[in-house]
Amino acid sequence: MPSDRASLGLKIAAFAGLLFLHLPILLIFVYAFTTEDRTYQWPPPGLTLKWFGVTWNRPDVWEALTLSLKVAAISTALALVLGTLCAAAVSRARFFGRETVSLLVILPIALPGIITGIALRSAFNLGGIPFSTLTIILGHATFCIVVVYNNAVARFRRISGPMLEASADLGANGFQTFRYIVLPNIGTALLAGGMLAFALSFDEVIVTTFTAGQQATLPIWMLEELVRPRQRPVTNVVAMMVVLVTFLPILGAYYLTRGGSETAGGGK
Amino acid sequence: MAALARLTDPLSDLFWRRPRVLLVLLLAPPLLWLVVVYIGSLAALLVQSFFSIDEFTGLIKHEFTLKTYAELFRPANFDIVIRTTVMAAAVTIAAAIISFPIAYYAARYARGRMKAFFYLAVMLPLWSSYLVKVYAWKLILAKEGILTWAVDGIGASAVLNAILALPVIGGNSLSVSYIGTFLVFLYVWLPYMILPLQASLERVPQNLLEASDDLGASRRQTLRHVILPMAMPGMIAGSIFTFSLTLGDYIIPQIVGSSRNFIGQAVYAHQGTAGNIPLAAAFAVVPIVIMGFYLWVAKRKGAFDAL
Repeated sequence: MPSDRASLGLKIAAFAGLLFLHLPILLIFVYAFTTEDRTYQWPPPGLTLKWFGVTWNRPDVWEALTLSLKVAAISTALALVLGTLCAAAVSRARFFGRETVSLLVILPIALPGIITGIALRSAFNLGGIPFSTLTIILGHATFCIVVVYNNAVARFRRISGPMLEASADLGANGFQTFRYIVLPNIGTALLAGGMLAFALSFDEVIVTTFTAGQQATLPIWMLEELVRPRQRPVTNVVAMMVVLVTFLPILGAYYLTRGGSETAGGGK
Repeated sequence: MAALARLTDPLSDLFWRRPRVLLVLLLAPPLLWLVVVYIGSLAALLVQSFFSIDEFTGLIKHEFTLKTYAELFRPANFDIVIRTTVMAAAVTIAAAIISFPIAYYAARYARGRMKAFFYLAVMLPLWSSYLVKVYAWKLILAKEGILTWAVDGIGASAVLNAILALPVIGGNSLSVSYIGTFLVFLYVWLPYMILPLQASLERVPQNLLEASDDLGASRRQTLRHVILPMAMPGMIAGSIFTFSLTLGDYIIPQIVGSSRNFIGQAVYAHQGTAGNIPLAAAFAVVPIVIMGFYLWVAKRKGAFDAL
């Protein structure tokens, strides 16, 4: 009988790996409180809450945050509609080119972001479309579709045929069946997919650098600070806030789809 | 309600009698979107890579030529391709090694709450902000940062200095060396390796391990001859992510690394300040070709069953 307990070496390697994944993120939380404002000195010479107030009063941070939220909300809404339609079609019928449709949905996230970015940029250039909030949204919605699609397609598969037939036997037409049977069943999967799409869009930077004009989303703002640090303490605070804000939808999506075979987030 | 039913009933009947109509209505919006916005853009990119730039005027000549692709093979450009590919391979191998114990423990030994803990412990870093993760490493690797402090603390600064003195991969400090770039890539893409690897390890049947044990195999032999071959598809699936993401990234080497370029930076520089869109497009085609080849090999090895 192979032993049912992990060897000590395996345990140490596994937990060391997890530590490697988490320590850098925890470090961000300490740096948000440091009194040092010119270098990345460790250990911090002192701790202060001052930078939270400074960040709160920065209009550029607020503008970037507002734009990010707006872009994420609209892209998520578009992705929810398009992703659900696609999932419904793929899961309800076998048709010619079905595999191609799944591939097409996954492609924007399977290819490196820079390809998606430069492809969109050259297309907007060729089409004479000026770079604006709209072009950012076009890009984001494109790669958010896959997240909604993945969650919805897994749930559609679990809706049983007999349930839909029973609904029809009881006199419901297709729309009523959708409203009273299908929607309640796929609701949490859509909510989870929407949350993940929101998190994905909120954080996206590579495609955005190619599709944005003068507008700065929060990740673009952070990127500028990373390349040319001017406001290190403010960046520290914003970084910590971003971590906290993205954790919420991820935890939410996990609890909504827990127990199913398709726990959300596996295929970012 | 009755008025609504009068409106929806005929439609509903139509969908029932002619399911294809519904299918087309469902598929049309997402397909139109993806084909117009995405495939259209990719095509536009591909077309541009066959144009060239006039050396005297700096304007794009809109006629078919392979000249731009030939430029990729000039030493300066070809170095970039090689450097990026080697980095992607190194990151992929290191990620596979570090992921294995985590994935194996989570798949074989973690139960109940422990399993949920492992799942979230991988998922949260995966989904936390990419830029924040890169920023965290800028803090860690800085000369005055925590790593130097820790190395000094255990009295190993001589070792660190010796590593930094190495040619090519060393540098003035970790944050401006290839080692630094490698560490950040490894950190940021690690969860993409753990998840598919764990999925494939979950599928190794317990009785197969018992059979191996009954036939007298040691732990090491079971690992080598039973578990590793069955984990291979998951590992290849994970490597698709780590490889592809490293090939296409231009932000990490820009923030942590030496000044030598990677493919992504070359694409960004050529389309931006240099204004050489055809060369940028040709550079962007390189990862597509490498990944196409990689996916073709992976498909033959059956990696997609583990996705």
